[in-house]
Amino acid sequence: MKRFHVEVRVKPRPGLLDPEGKAIHHALDSLGYEGLAGVRVGKVIDLELAAGNREEADARAREMCRKLLANPVTEDFELAVAEAPESDDEGGQAS
Amino acid sequence: MKIAVVTFPGSNCDHDCYRALKLLDEVEPEFRWHRDRELGAVQAVVLPGGFSYGDYLRAGAIARFSPIMEAVVAFAREGGLVVGICNGFQVLCEVGLLPGALLRNESLRFRSHEVHLRVESTGTPFTSRYRKGQILRVPIAHGEGNYHAEPEVLAELEGTDRIVFRYVTPSGELSPEANPNGSAHHIAGIVNESRNVLGMMPHPERAVEEVLGSTDGLGLFQSMVDHLTAGVTT
Repeated sequence: MKRFHVEVRVKPRPGLLDPEGKAIHHALDSLGYEGLAGVRVGKVIDLELAAGNREEADARAREMCRKLLANPVTEDFELAVAEAPESDDEGGQAS
Repeated sequence: MKIAVVTFPGSNCDHDCYRALKLLDEVEPEFRWHRDRELGAVQAVVLPGGFSYGDYLRAGAIARFSPIMEAVVAFAREGGLVVGICNGFQVLCEVGLLPGALLRNESLRFRSHEVHLRVESTGTPFTSRYRKGQILRVPIAHGEGNYHAEPEVLAELEGTDRIVFRYVTPSGELSPEANPNGSAHHIAGIVNESRNVLGMMPHPERAVEEVLGSTDGLGLFQSMVDHLTAGVTT
């Protein structure tokens, strides 16, 4: 088994009103930042999981998203899967 | 008759619901804990308001996986009466017993005040004591009550008389000012297709005694008792 970091990005679906993004947009406008076309707010969930390979890590994380992490009525999600570097407790450092 | 009130960690209207039910002579309310796996011999279930599991991730998202919810879903699928109030409505949407989702209030503010509701449908086990078009005064208290659903879903709710309550002005008109959270079609409460599951953001259990400022919520619980007494259930 290898260890993977999966970064899950959950975003409000396009077209869905995002009042929080709107409020931040107004705040940035009032700070004088020009040319801001849109602001959307989502959330990032970091998963650390063990899997045989990258595909398996991706599939398991997708299942978690569909079941719990994102609401399909209002949210979309995307994943970034990366193999975790060998950690200190797993090799090298014999005690 | 026995009616279960489910307590999740973070529920804070469970005792209000219990008390409201207790006012009715026919009803013997009983608490169920989120870890219980069985409802036991009850005739109806109330999912109360609050902040189950701290509203973490999304309101209701984690509560829907608590052990008791499997029993609640099975009970509802068999035709049992289930009413979800506020956080309970959010849980019912997350678990898929009701369509749509409750988003952050358009104003981004937690709104806690009395609203006026128009009874849109009396053809449910929850509203038979009301008149169609009757205006009710009931409080709301939520930050995420902005009802959202796909246009096809909204059309179906409209077309099948499943919108039970809408937010209106004191005289019963629809207006953006009277919609406290930005809900689509001014929706405050809906029922499922078989009309035995109701979800609503306002709190009828907080409008059951004169001292609370309104008794307009009592009719909802009385309607349920009427329905169950008539033995129409399941």
